[in-house]
Amino acid sequence: MSKTETSGRDTERDVTEAGSQLSTAPTEELSGPGGPALGALGWIRWFWRQLTSMRVALILLFLLSLGAIPGSLIPQNSADELKVRTFKEEHEVLAPVYDKLQLFDVYSSVWFSAIYILLFVSLIGCIVPRTWQFAGQLRSRPPAAPKRLTRMPVYATWRTDAAPEEVREAALALLKKRRFRAHATGDAVAAEKGYLREVGNLLFHVALIVMLVAFATGQLFKTEGGKLIVEGDGFSNTLTQYDDIKFGSLAGADDLAPFHFSLDRFTGTYETSGPQRGTPRTFEADVTYSRAGGPEKKSVIRVNEPLEIDGSKVYLISHGYAPVVTVRDRKGEIVYQAAVPLLPIDNNITSTGVIKVMDGYRDETGKKVQLGFPAFFVPTYAGKGHGQMFSQFPGLGFPALNLSAYHGDLRVDAGMPQNVYQLNTSKMKPFKDAKGDIFKQTLLPGDSMTLPDGAGSITFEKEIKEWASFQVSQQPGNGLALAGAIAAIAGLVGSLFIQRRRVWVRAVRGDDGVTVVEMAGLGRSESARLPEELAGLAATLSAAAPTAPGAAEDAAGDAGRPDGTGEADGTGEAGRSEESEKAEEAEEAEEAPAEGAGK
Amino acid sequence: MNLAAATNESLAEMSNVLIYSSMAVYTLAFLAHIAEWVFGSRSKVGRTAAALTARPAAAAPAVQVQVRQRGGATAVLDKPQVVTRASAGARDVPDGPGAAGGDEKGDLYGRIAVSLTTLAFLVEAAGVVTRALSVQRAPWGNMYEFSTTFSTVAVGAYLGFLVARKNVRWMGLPLVTTVLLDLGIATTWLYTESDQLVPALHSYWLWIHVSTAIFCGAVFYLGAVATLLYLFRDSYEGKLADGGTPSAFARSVLERLPAAASLDKFAYRVNAAIFPLWTFTIIAGAIWAGDAWGRYWGWDAKEVWSFITWVGYAAYLHARATAGWKGRKAAYIALIAFACFLFNYYGVNIFVSSKHSYAGV
Ligand code: HEM
Repeated sequence: MSKTETSGRDTERDVTEAGSQLSTAPTEELSGPGGPALGALGWIRWFWRQLTSMRVALILLFLLSLGAIPGSLIPQNSADELKVRTFKEEHEVLAPVYDKLQLFDVYSSVWFSAIYILLFVSLIGCIVPRTWQFAGQLRSRPPAAPKRLTRMPVYATWRTDAAPEEVREAALALLKKRRFRAHATGDAVAAEKGYLREVGNLLFHVALIVMLVAFATGQLFKTEGGKLIVEGDGFSNTLTQYDDIKFGSLAGADDLAPFHFSLDRFTGTYETSGPQRGTPRTFEADVTYSRAGGPEKKSVIRVNEPLEIDGSKVYLISHGYAPVVTVRDRKGEIVYQAAVPLLPIDNNITSTGVIKVMDGYRDETGKKVQLGFPAFFVPTYAGKGHGQMFSQFPGLGFPALNLSAYHGDLRVDAGMPQNVYQLNTSKMKPFKDAKGDIFKQTLLPGDSMTLPDGAGSITFEKEIKEWASFQVSQQPGNGLALAGAIAAIAGLVGSLFIQRRRVWVRAVRGDDGVTVVEMAGLGRSESARLPEELAGLAATLSAAAPTAPGAAEDAAGDAGRPDGTGEADGTGEAGRSEESEKAEEAEEAEEAPAEGAGK
Repeated sequence: MNLAAATNESLAEMSNVLIYSSMAVYTLAFLAHIAEWVFGSRSKVGRTAAALTARPAAAAPAVQVQVRQRGGATAVLDKPQVVTRASAGARDVPDGPGAAGGDEKGDLYGRIAVSLTTLAFLVEAAGVVTRALSVQRAPWGNMYEFSTTFSTVAVGAYLGFLVARKNVRWMGLPLVTTVLLDLGIATTWLYTESDQLVPALHSYWLWIHVSTAIFCGAVFYLGAVATLLYLFRDSYEGKLADGGTPSAFARSVLERLPAAASLDKFAYRVNAAIFPLWTFTIIAGAIWAGDAWGRYWGWDAKEVWSFITWVGYAAYLHARATAGWKGRKAAYIALIAFACFLFNYYGVNIFVSSKHSYAGV
């Protein structure tokens, strides 16, 4: 037992030597936990070596995926600020702790950034020396044949009458023809193939850096704004026209591309029957757009099909209804007429909002007064007496508008930012009905609601417009990210499917004057097809250097095998277990030459 | 309006019948596999326990070389033969004889099981296709449809390996068992009437991104099964090598599996081959997200877990190239990575609110 152990270790050493420089992976120095005793510089060097080792890269990869988890379970500011606020209200104890740990902003947190920056420093620190090393390998030649070829994972030998020089020449020609890098050294030919594996691997890792750079560029230079547009209205891409806009740290209003577009029509269709009734089927926004000073063009924006204008993309984000209402004063004169966008609060587009009459209205004393009408709109009304006023279907089946009315000061001018969809009632008084309740009425299209005491009226017009909200974003670096992604995949394919391997052919004259040919192959860890390949090479080479007659007795038991007509099928994994009996028989047959050669 | 083409109800009905029928046939295949294992355990033929003691330098079957000579005649040379040697430090153990254990009856049941699995696969595939026809779109709009396609692809990949004469018959029982489980969950909890897609899913990226995602998942699953069995078989072999006696169950069942090294190699090849496709899947998803939501990466829960899965498999590939991490530790990483894939599928769809919430449950 002990004998095989030592020979095993020898073999391991031989294989390691023969496989040196077969990849550019950093060598693992299994140094203990203790650092060097070399002062600051030594420590820095030690730290750098640790950081760029495979082991630390592995740990950092782990940490990266571990660190990404909380962001998927805890609401994130970047995705939904509203949810974060609700969470904070619900978890009074936990929330401050989470806040401290930046768990509401995981992906921009200090600790998450630290992990990926370290990983990428490690990556660069790994790629640079590996590229050097690889360049060196390309300039040098494959290493000479190891002394004991029998210890290589794949091995073949035969005796031939051909002269050793002839065999080596034939081997060199053969290997070169098979596109190995081959050269003759001493009594053997050394060859290597599959360098593209390393190229692919380096390309992949470089592509990761490219993608990170592209991602960072995108974040720094992007602008992203939202705009709600009612059918018939338009939008110019300038700062003031946005409902809201966010800039990356290095982007500004000057970067907005000058273009204009208007929403001609929005179409939404919904499933009308079955269990999925009401599920949206199509959303389409017909728009007319133009570049600064350019001609007008028509286009359709759909959910998966943004409109691209001058490097900006316009996405269709959401939609809703904007009922057209007309407000008349005591004299019957129109003081307000507009399509008022209302915000959906459920999937059937039950919507709420406020109609605000800022000026033009005077009360009975002739004083300027503002009006506010909180509105509740349903595209498909269940009918009077059918429970609450929630929409039954998202399409315009049976539209109804429920209004109440306030007068006073909307406090729009008070300098406070105000939500246009909410009514600030601090300075407003409701109109009351005869019983003293808040005056309220549900209108069908065409209906009017007359305010108490002849204070005027509001009409729910037959025309109901739709609105659509758009996101306009401009993000440089997308092309770079895509290029990086494609390079990454190409590199990966090269790295994982190409085998880098070495083949040696040694031909020497034996003591009896007959030439002994030995072939061996060594691959990078997983080299499934190497035995097959070597078998093919051996077959071709042995045609040029045929087996010497009379050498048969060396491989006892083989000559007389009845099933010797199979093609060179490598080690056939399937053969191993499916025909295990045969395989065992074969194994027994193999042992003789293998051991004989080893001694 | 034309997109909301009416659902063809009779086709949808037919699809359901086909899926249920495939479950019935899978059940028969399951029983046949059980019979195979039971008969195999009684057999004493082909036992290789003795062969498990390590050999210094075992060899692969001989490679016979056939050389076509110039005259057109074919001469068979009995040499050279290629000798392979297990990588240094590895146990050199031959593969087990398979579930039937060399027993003729067991083997017969095994073949019946494979035939039934093939039949069930065809029926299930027909179920998926009729479902697609009934809605005139890719059949990947909700979790029910993902699940049925997923198991179809997994079984298809397994049968593909069998056709390619790979040694994967040992996978039959665990695969059919989990396929039944998957279909059971799909038909009871995840069932969704066949219907049209929401607008967010109207994109040719659905075909590209979701089909590759399902394919990756199905094949990663085969890799995970191999990895899990590798861990069992490896500790069994380790025990034998140390002179211990594994339990009777281990001796009977694990002994019939391929060698730990073979299982490990199979798992590695499967995972490594699928990893680039998984990378592509994520990138295709990012491009789609760019079109649909105006950003290609937004750390949405689904995106996060795809990323975690990706990093997990990258860690696995790294571990195999890192001294001290090869073997069992790498296998654990592969299992964790697959668990992340599963969580992304069930966990994120059901428990986590995500933009990707059209699971239909
Ligand atoms: C962003 C993080 C990284 C990812 C996602 C990543 C991913 C990968 C993948 C998928 C492979 C292919 C595995 C194979 O060829 O078998 C690989 C190989 C490799 N990686 Fe990384 N890697 C990362 C960072 C690093 C770092 C920091 C290092 C340096 C310490 C490194 C060094 C290597 C080496 C040497 C190989 C080749 C291993 C071999 O030849 O088998 N990687 N990496």
